[in-house]
Amino acid sequence: MSTHRFAVNVTPKPGILDPQGRAVEGSLGHLGIDGVSAVRVGRRVELTVDAADESAARAVVERLAGELLANPLIEAYAIESISGASSTVGVPAGAGNPV
Amino acid sequence: MPVRIGVVVFPGSNCDRDTVHALSIAGAEPVELWHEQASLGGVAAVILPGGFAYGDYLRAGVIARFSPVMRAVGAFAADGGLVLGICNGFQVIAEAGLVPGALLRNRDLRFLGRDVLIAAERLDTPFTHALAAAGRPLRMPIAHGEGCYFGDDAALDALERDRQVLFRYVDDSGGSATKDDRTTNPNGSLRAIAGVINAAGNVAGLMPHPERAAEAILGSADGAGIIRSLVDSAARAAAGEAPVAVGAR
Repeated sequence: MSTHRFAVNVTPKPGILDPQGRAVEGSLGHLGIDGVSAVRVGRRVELTVDAADESAARAVVERLAGELLANPLIEAYAIESISGASSTVGVPAGAGNPV
Repeated sequence: MPVRIGVVVFPGSNCDRDTVHALSIAGAEPVELWHEQASLGGVAAVILPGGFAYGDYLRAGVIARFSPVMRAVGAFAADGGLVLGICNGFQVIAEAGLVPGALLRNRDLRFLGRDVLIAAERLDTPFTHALAAAGRPLRMPIAHGEGCYFGDDAALDALERDRQVLFRYVDDSGGSATKDDRTTNPNGSLRAIAGVINAAGNVAGLMPHPERAAEAILGSADGAGIIRSLVDSAARAAAGEAPVAVGAR
């Protein structure tokens, strides 16, 4: 068994109305920013999988991305391996924001 | 004996008691079904009520879809059992693939709580046969943040062809709302679709709340016809009679 960490990036499919993206885009003028367009807001899910090897782990993530994390009618997803990369797990206690 | 109709209660359901009440005054015996039950206890029909099942985390309805009771509801529906999803219940059955389409964030991103007008497109279903007339505006409330009905063009064309659009948002003369008219089409639903029915004709969902408009004291009794249709159809099913003509295809 080995441990693998992945991120699943879920985004609205092209052509799907994304009112969140539109709202973000609409706010850019207030920041004095222009030249930014086609803002799409999605969701990123990070997770750790214990499996025999990386390809077995990826198969698990494929299944859960397709069945749970994304609705294939309206969303696309991309799976990214982040093993070894810095991530939100494993942060030592007390290393968060000072209170 | 009154017909027993199940009302699924998820953590976060908040229209379950309204639904129980509406079923009672329509002459049924409501049976609350907890989300962890794997059995429906022999009910003749099931309503998935409104609310925020499991906090609507991830996507409205998706966590609920994987609950033990939904496995039973799926098997019940596959066997021809009558299932009605209202609001969050519609989102749950859409996520479960029991009815076509998806419910997206409302066009203007806001949660909407107000009365709307919808009309039934057809009366030959177990959910609409007690209504007075097709195309007649029915007033009832909506209360949702994700009610914008979506399907791709091919899917929408197929729905229209197969007469699976059960309810549409309409104006006060019964004309279909246009996509961009915020008064009549509150959430931006494509083709003003407020409710759909599956191909087999035994599972339906809608965003507006008939159970909150089921008696005059609530300001409208227009939803009562939908509840009565289901109760009557369930009673027929329980008595082993043929269901109300489902589709004429």
